[in-house]
Amino acid sequence: MSREKLVVIGNGMAPGRMLEELFEKAPGLYDVTIFNAEPRVNYDRIMLSPVLSGEKAYEDIIIHGDDWYRDHGVTLHRGARVSGIDRVAKTVTAENGITVSYDRLVIATGSLPFIIPVPGHQLPGVLAYRDLDDVEKMLDIAKNKGKAIVIGAGLLGLEAAYGLKRQGMDVTVVHLMPTIMERQLDPAAAYLLEKALTERGINIITKADTKAILGTTRVEGVELKDGRILDGDMVVMAVGIRPASALAKEAGVAVNRGIVVDDGMMTSDPSIYALGECAEHRGTCYGLVAPLYESARVLADRLCGGSGEYGGSVVNTKLKVTGINLFSAGDFAEGDDREEIVLRDATAGVYKRLVLKNDRIIGAVLYGETADGPWYFDLMKRSVPVTEMRDTLIFGQSYQGGTTLDPRAAVAALPAEAEICGCNGVCKGKIVDTISAKGLTTLDDVRAHTKASASCGSCTGLVEQLMSITLGDAFNPHAVKPMCGCTDLGHSDVRRLIMAKQLKTIPAVMQELEWKTSCGCAKCRPALNYYLVCDWPDEYADDYQSRFINERVHANIQKDGTYSVVPRMWGGMTSSSELRAIADVVDKFEIPAVKVTGGQRIDMLGIRKEDLPAVWADLGKAGFVSGQAYAKGLRTVKTCVGTDWCRFGTQDSTGLGIRIEKFMWGSWTPAKLKMGVSGCPRNCAEATCKDIGVICVDSGFEIHFAGAAGLDIKGTEVLGLVKTEDEALEYIVALTQMYREQGHYLERIYKWAKRTGLDEIRRQIMTDTEKRQGYYERFVLSQKVAQVDPWSERVSGKDKHEFKPMSELKLEAAE
Amino acid sequence: MNTHMKSWFDVGSISDIPRRGARCVKTGTMTVAVFRTADDKVFALEDKCPHRNGPLSQGIVHDGCVTCPLHNWVISLETGRAQGADEGATLSFPVRLEGIASSCR
Ligand code: SRM
Ligand SMILES: Cc1cc2nc3c(=O)[nH]c(=O)nc-3n(C[C@H](O)[C@H](O)[C@H](O)COP(=O)(O)OP(=O)(O)OC[C@H]3O[C@@H](n4cnc5c(N)ncnc54)[C@H](O)[C@@H]3O)c2cc1C
Ligand code: SF4
Ligand code: FES
Repeated sequence: MSREKLVVIGNGMAPGRMLEELFEKAPGLYDVTIFNAEPRVNYDRIMLSPVLSGEKAYEDIIIHGDDWYRDHGVTLHRGARVSGIDRVAKTVTAENGITVSYDRLVIATGSLPFIIPVPGHQLPGVLAYRDLDDVEKMLDIAKNKGKAIVIGAGLLGLEAAYGLKRQGMDVTVVHLMPTIMERQLDPAAAYLLEKALTERGINIITKADTKAILGTTRVEGVELKDGRILDGDMVVMAVGIRPASALAKEAGVAVNRGIVVDDGMMTSDPSIYALGECAEHRGTCYGLVAPLYESARVLADRLCGGSGEYGGSVVNTKLKVTGINLFSAGDFAEGDDREEIVLRDATAGVYKRLVLKNDRIIGAVLYGETADGPWYFDLMKRSVPVTEMRDTLIFGQSYQGGTTLDPRAAVAALPAEAEICGCNGVCKGKIVDTISAKGLTTLDDVRAHTKASASCGSCTGLVEQLMSITLGDAFNPHAVKPMCGCTDLGHSDVRRLIMAKQLKTIPAVMQELEWKTSCGCAKCRPALNYYLVCDWPDEYADDYQSRFINERVHANIQKDGTYSVVPRMWGGMTSSSELRAIADVVDKFEIPAVKVTGGQRIDMLGIRKEDLPAVWADLGKAGFVSGQAYAKGLRTVKTCVGTDWCRFGTQDSTGLGIRIEKFMWGSWTPAKLKMGVSGCPRNCAEATCKDIGVICVDSGFEIHFAGAAGLDIKGTEVLGLVKTEDEALEYIVALTQMYREQGHYLERIYKWAKRTGLDEIRRQIMTDTEKRQGYYERFVLSQKVAQVDPWSERVSGKDKHEFKPMSELKLEAAE
Repeated sequence: MNTHMKSWFDVGSISDIPRRGARCVKTGTMTVAVFRTADDKVFALEDKCPHRNGPLSQGIVHDGCVTCPLHNWVISLETGRAQGADEGATLSFPVRLEGIASSCR
């Protein structure tokens, strides 16, 4: 029997979700064809901002990979824009000539960004912010740094501004209204947000009306109506969106602002449905995913014969700018029939305002602390009377006692299919089942296994409530995460107490801080050992048995129990005599593999443990020291050829890299530390994804930090610009010491920086001379004991027992 | 394996093994890891993690267990059995202290 043909125009988030629901409910019911004007699969459009800022890559935001289409037998025409619908013949035709007939058609064309038709709006360099192509164009221009002007300080405009700033551009936002994000924020919250963005280096001009875009062959700037002229290499227009309804209109389907649909998402033509931002339901066009997903579920139901109805949605907004917490929902205008509750905490930068009407929350604006957003939103959506908790309402959910008011009761009452995480479409049942089946106890685990709250994070509160319902007292969201099972204290507390109580040995720490085990475990012992080495460099003796094997034998253990050996090649430089020595060692010890590492040096793999001291002895004769490829300490300083050879080099990047490596190897750090020095912004040493990086420029050295290119990928942050090599070294050393003193064991710099705050780090290192020098001196002190080549120490006999068996039995003889 | 089939072997002195550490004994057919705990108890296990044969002698010793250096399974020194959610066991051998550490096979 031939199946009914379902054709979908547009491959965005709304139809993606609808098809997921449809395939779950009625797999194989339809023969599905999708047309997508974009040349790609379905991706998470709301995550474009993290892609623009460099915090995520396109691959991270794909919703349906190629497999998904294949597995569900969906035909996807990529880069195929539908140009016409023939409702009589029941066919659609794309610009590339493909014509397909349908039994049922879903129009899901999304929105078009609105471009203000001022003079110059068609110049190259004037961009919208809607899809991946736009992001790629922005990133392309941002490569040359330069200036960006963003028109419109709404959600999209501000996210674009933040992303471009992160890409190193000089960014100005111009906004027509007196306050920013005026549709979502009241003036008080808008003020705080504007201040926070300004502190991040984004210029904001309000009450600014654009008169023209200037430029001859491409954008050069913007002229405002008050006569001001702003220079810019790029203009991003983020002033609003219009439902993409032209196609439907031409086909004679009823269109108002959007394509008019009923509660079953059906248009004026009973074979045609509209879904997503292009649709208009009861006079409203939505521009956020949550309501679209609600209607997607209804449409899926209808397509398999159900009678689901969509009743409209209340929406909330979050701004995805790292480090800024903002939540807004509902209606917060003032009025005689309304009351408001406001909480301000100036030092903490917190502002919360709830608007009540008839004893129910109708609006909420939260700035600085947004954890309770979902809870307020839930109370608002369900129109719960708040009389009894009015006094403590503003303090949030955790202040609500008593059974009747237990907000968990509401969550507990939700049906299993209630959606908790809108971004990833995870329902309550799935979360609860996974928690029980897998025995999950932490939020991170739940995120890892279910993806719930792993995207924008706005449902974190709900997920925590579910965990609390499922796990009972075993779950306490406010608890500090203990270091390990041996203590209830977290890393920060332990570090603080070691200093406060002057604890100088592992047993002293365990005794004073009431460890629950007699001698710790493989998690806490290495951490304590590090904290003590760092805090008491000249007094504490390293506890050898609390080190991971690699650090005990100064080589990396391999899967078969053999070891690999990586000598230092300072700044990636080597010579014929070094290479010859390596070749000789490889031959002599029959080392099975030699590899150039990702860290600009050479790895010899598969060495027997017993051979290590002899290998090191030979390498030592050629002048090699341990590359500490195993250390929680300085690993490599990658360099490029710089002024020595390169026609673009602005400074001696190789020399600086070598100098840093020679100065800084030795002292242990909380986690491994990798650096890079590039001779110019072309950045061939990849310095902008390192823990610490330097980009040499004509005027000096731009110091970067907090990059990541391992489990997470993240571009660096700029610490600041210094003029001389000496200063560069001093600032880098100080930064490293600050991290050494504050980082949690195994916490890379980017995670520590996130916890500590970039601005605080910049302040202490760049502007507080006394602090900086203090850090520098303490590092130098620590180096006195730490800068001893571990290989030569062992060649001269240290830890001999490690490399030899205790005895070899002649069993044949004994038996 | 009956007890009378076994005999004791002198493998060395307890002072050869670092506290919370291990040394290896090679038997010709296998490697045995001899562990010494913080309170000077001595245990012997085949130097082979039940997970993927990691050398347990290279792990961190804590209380009565060793954490395997390859993927962090925790193995009981006394029974050789994996702790927690992991399943599996490695061979364990009785050890006798007579001022010296002995292991038996
Ligand atoms: C040898 C090398 C791969 C290669 O053949 O090129 C390598 C090999 C290992 N890496 Fe790596 N990494 C190597 C460069 C990198 C790089 C690239 C770089 O340094 O420029 C990265 C990404 C940057 C970074 O550090 O994040 C990298 C990110 C990791 C990670 C993820 C760390 C993270 O926090 O995200 C691990 C796992 C860990 O450390 O917990 C890891 C762990 C490992 C270990 C130590 C795994 C292990 O525990 O056994 C591998 C040891 C093999 C050995 O015995 O040599 N390796 N590793 C590279 C040695 C560089 C060197 O000369 O020292
Ligand atoms: C940068 C950015 C950040 C955002 N952040 C958030 C957020 O934090 N929270 C939130 O809830 N929402 C956010 N949104 C809004 C959210 O992405 C949209 O509401 C949602 O993607 C709309 O889904 P849709 O399926 O209706 O349309 P879209 O996802 O826009 O998909 C429409 C698709 O149809 C294609 N198309 C159009 N016409 C045709 C045609 N004639 N033929 C073939 N294909 C066609 C388009 O190319 C497009 O791929 C953000 C949007 C952007 C751009
Ligand atoms: S990526 Fe690194 S950790 Fe992973 S297998 Fe390769 S060397 Fe090992
Ligand atoms: S081999 Fe021991 S944990 Fe994997």
